[in-house]
Amino acid sequence: MADPMRIRASMSGDKVEVRVLMSHEMETGQRKDASGAVVPAHFIQNVTVTHGGKTVLSAQWGTSISKNPFMHFRFKGGKPGEKVTISWVDNKGDRRSDEAVISGG
Amino acid sequence: MNEKRRELLKAASGSGVLALAAAAGLIKPGDAFAQQWNKAAFDTKSFAATLKALGASGSTESAQIQITAPDIAENGAVVPITIESAIPKTDTIAILIEKNPNTLSADFDIPAGTDPFITTRIKMAETSNIYAVVKADGKYYHAAKEIKVTLGGCGG
Amino acid sequence: MPFHRLPAAVLVGVLAAIPCICVAQQDAQKEVERYRQLLAEGNPADLFEARGEELWKTPRGPKKASLEQCDLGLGAGVLKGAFAQLPRYFADTDRVQDLESRLVTCRVSLQGIDPAEAVRNPFSAPGRPSDMEALASFVAGQSRGMKLAAPLRHPKEIEAFQTGEQLFYRRAGPHDFACVSCHGENGKRIRLQELPKLTDPHDAQKIFTTWPAYRVSQGSVRTMQHRLYDCYWQMRHPQMDYISEASIALEVFMAKYANGGEIQAPGLKR
Repeated sequence: MADPMRIRASMSGDKVEVRVLMSHEMETGQRKDASGAVVPAHFIQNVTVTHGGKTVLSAQWGTSISKNPFMHFRFKGGKPGEKVTISWVDNKGDRRSDEAVISGG
Repeated sequence: MNEKRRELLKAASGSGVLALAAAAGLIKPGDAFAQQWNKAAFDTKSFAATLKALGASGSTESAQIQITAPDIAENGAVVPITIESAIPKTDTIAILIEKNPNTLSADFDIPAGTDPFITTRIKMAETSNIYAVVKADGKYYHAAKEIKVTLGGCGG
Repeated sequence: MPFHRLPAAVLVGVLAAIPCICVAQQDAQKEVERYRQLLAEGNPADLFEARGEELWKTPRGPKKASLEQCDLGLGAGVLKGAFAQLPRYFADTDRVQDLESRLVTCRVSLQGIDPAEAVRNPFSAPGRPSDMEALASFVAGQSRGMKLAAPLRHPKEIEAFQTGEQLFYRRAGPHDFACVSCHGENGKRIRLQELPKLTDPHDAQKIFTTWPAYRVSQGSVRTMQHRLYDCYWQMRHPQMDYISEASIALEVFMAKYANGGEIQAPGLKR
């Protein structure tokens, strides 16, 4: 399983501000290794962010999101102490889900 | 996902059918909630073709979409980009990199209550226009920004 | 043709040719600064720091021990400030060691890992992460904000400095290059990458202390050992072996000029 995400969720006014770093190769499928063989594509295809059982952000990604992806976004309705859960699935079916507690800001 | 699974998921209306299908080995448990991935759109190779695949061919330019990114990226592997839409009822934001081998980079769904604001990092193969394509209230809008990609040197 | 009607490309070319007024270059530099600032809000090195902490605390190797008793110079298990006082002389190995060489010592002595195995994968490749990069990120981060204070007192530390000095200035190889060729003057650059004058504390204090760093062009944290290896490759000198005496000597030499600088590691670079 991939390394855990680093998630920071904090209050910014009445919004929850989230910054997340994910650990993933995001291999494009266009790179060749030392022997000249093409390294197969291996990249996160879907990302879902939930809070209180509700999806607050979802995304479809292609191979041109950078390695070790980073995202920063904001949503309303969260309070300190509540949890934000971020999940991803990649094109090989690997998945990862991590959560963070919203801090006071 | 293969055709059999797709048909099954479309036809299924209750968990009964899916359970049977899972038992038959046609789908794996969890596939029922497998998320969509718009392969056709991620395969396109031009701004126009991507718009078409997204159903956004009638997109109009809008000054209400702000793209924040450096004019010059020291390295094309990691280019920071922020897109913010001031258009009311924005519900999707897509990032397109015109000169990349595949134009579509990402497509974000913005539910109500979430700011139409996203920062991420993209890979750019070469100097190119970046397009932000926004869907708001059923209509499509876009903005563009050119980012130059350089080879920075030694990386110290 | 009036000057202002010339095509833009020609104008830029003409302007660039005027000494002292390099408008295009300065604008480019500002934009590169902006690029670096925009990247600062999320450093992928955080992922390496987290993994390094886990590696530090997890019992491993034949002796099934963690690295928590590793002595990095300030006593067994003391992490805070240890990186700020490296490289330094260690009595137990009777030699000057840097962070990575000391981590290898601990992996061998505390965890019982075979010495060859401990240095087998110092620099990660896609799909092949390096424990050393993660550990170095974690330990360096424990000195974040402190001033570099590598000692230069013990005879072997002084000897290392002198060896490093020789290496820094001695031109060799097919390009007749030495470190000083790129790092001996203020204001030099390669394409858009500024080159610090490493014997000028003004530059050294700001730059030396940002290693290890996540290098976006490498897609990984890279350490000072990798930086030296890469420089030696760039100069077409013989390969700089991992944690060799020569590499540590160069670090001791550089640290002298960088001492006093604030540690901002792990950093983020191109």
